Amino acid sequence: MIAIIDYDAGNLTSVARAVSHIGFKCLVTNNIREIADAERVIFPGVGAAGSAMESLKRLGLDVAITDAFNAGKPMLGICLGTQIIMGYSEEDRGTPCLGVISGKTRAFLTNMKSPDGSSLKIPHIGWNSVNVRTSHPVLSGIRETDEFYFVHSFYPAPADSAHVFGETDYGINFASVVGFRNIIATQFHPEKSGRPGLSLLKNFCEWKPC
Amino acid sequence: MLSKRIIPCLDVREGKTTKGIKFQNNIDIGDPVEMARFYYEAGADEIVFYDITASHEKRDIMIEVVRRVAETIFIPFSVGGGIRTVEDMRAVLLAGAEKISVNSAAVKNPEIISQGAKAFGSQCVVLGMDVKKVEKSEKIPSGYEMVINGGRTYMGIDALQWAIRAQELGAGEICLNSIDADGTQEGYELTLTALISQHVDIPVIASGGAGKPEHLADVLTKGKADAALIASMTHYGTYTVREIKSYLDAQGIKVRQNW
Repeated sequence: MIAIIDYDAGNLTSVARAVSHIGFKCLVTNNIREIADAERVIFPGVGAAGSAMESLKRLGLDVAITDAFNAGKPMLGICLGTQIIMGYSEEDRGTPCLGVISGKTRAFLTNMKSPDGSSLKIPHIGWNSVNVRTSHPVLSGIRETDEFYFVHSFYPAPADSAHVFGETDYGINFASVVGFRNIIATQFHPEKSGRPGLSLLKNFCEWKPC
Repeated sequence: MLSKRIIPCLDVREGKTTKGIKFQNNIDIGDPVEMARFYYEAGADEIVFYDITASHEKRDIMIEVVRRVAETIFIPFSVGGGIRTVEDMRAVLLAGAEKISVNSAAVKNPEIISQGAKAFGSQCVVLGMDVKKVEKSEKIPSGYEMVINGGRTYMGIDALQWAIRAQELGAGEICLNSIDADGTQEGYELTLTALISQHVDIPVIASGGAGKPEHLADVLTKGKADAALIASMTHYGTYTVREIKSYLDAQGIKVRQNW
């Protein structure tokens, strides 16, 4: 069973539908016992870091997530989930986060320009490619021309570049896939990224971290 | 680099699309779920559903359509039409849409934008704008006025000022429809689109007037749009999404070509 962590951070049913579609059993839950019993864990979310951290603490899920990580369960972070596993987020005037991966979640600068000189819009919304920097079982099969769906104004910036597995260009090259031991986390939404996204989810569902 | 998005728009009335796609075998498909699947597989980057069901009692039919679409396609889609309250938004989002769009309800009650953004996040809230070109005046300094009821009712609100205000209220994207260009298939309203897009920080989806791939190239470059809405030009099989994207790619416009 795959536990999809529910902490009042957006519509999590789309992740559940995508996981079911590729043939794996999952459960959207905020129950600590169910998370501890799950074979693997998905930590999704949309929204803001401040209120998300509040919800996680209120529900005791901050501890459940770090426990699941320390127990060696395969874990997948998505979007806000990815930002929150970093140590700290610049969002909401600074939010201490879970610190599963050391580093910060940073805000895009508002004055970024595209190559043609026009201002880049924030949030970064739409399809963009991911340059795989370090190969990873969950990223296997991704082609240079594959694109993924992004919606965000903040991005993870791991302190150690060894934790960056994929990068995306939007004004700057930011880490769009980060990972450490049994956790891998994407800034984009694999559940909304068509075939390459579903293939990444399937890789995760079959991943056996060593 | 971010790709420009190509977004088919499907009008739905009481659970049926009003314009069926003519497939090569000339069979009309009026089921919005099947049309969504068709466009998902054809390379659409996103899909917009516009519910034109007149009766409020029959709106639950659309919720069921949204639920089935969400089980079928794995790209973002939005739903607009008839959304007046945060509860309307919640029903559509819980059924599986990524985004909801508000149009005339927001013109009449701008707070719906901030309420929606607060409840679900700005990324869920698309502001739909129906706009007509008018004489520049003190009240309408941009020369573009907000209209509702398909262009029959002028609201006395300047389109540019409204777009900026909606962004401040928390809209995450703008879907900008030119009533003058809508249905002409003679090209998007480039001046309007560029004007709005250059004055807001949020993405602008251009709508109204698409008839051939050149029109999309124009609005995505000269019009400064981040995405382009299409309808008839692909619904009736005149062009495929792939043909449009290949053309745009040849013009040096970045689009998603692998799906």
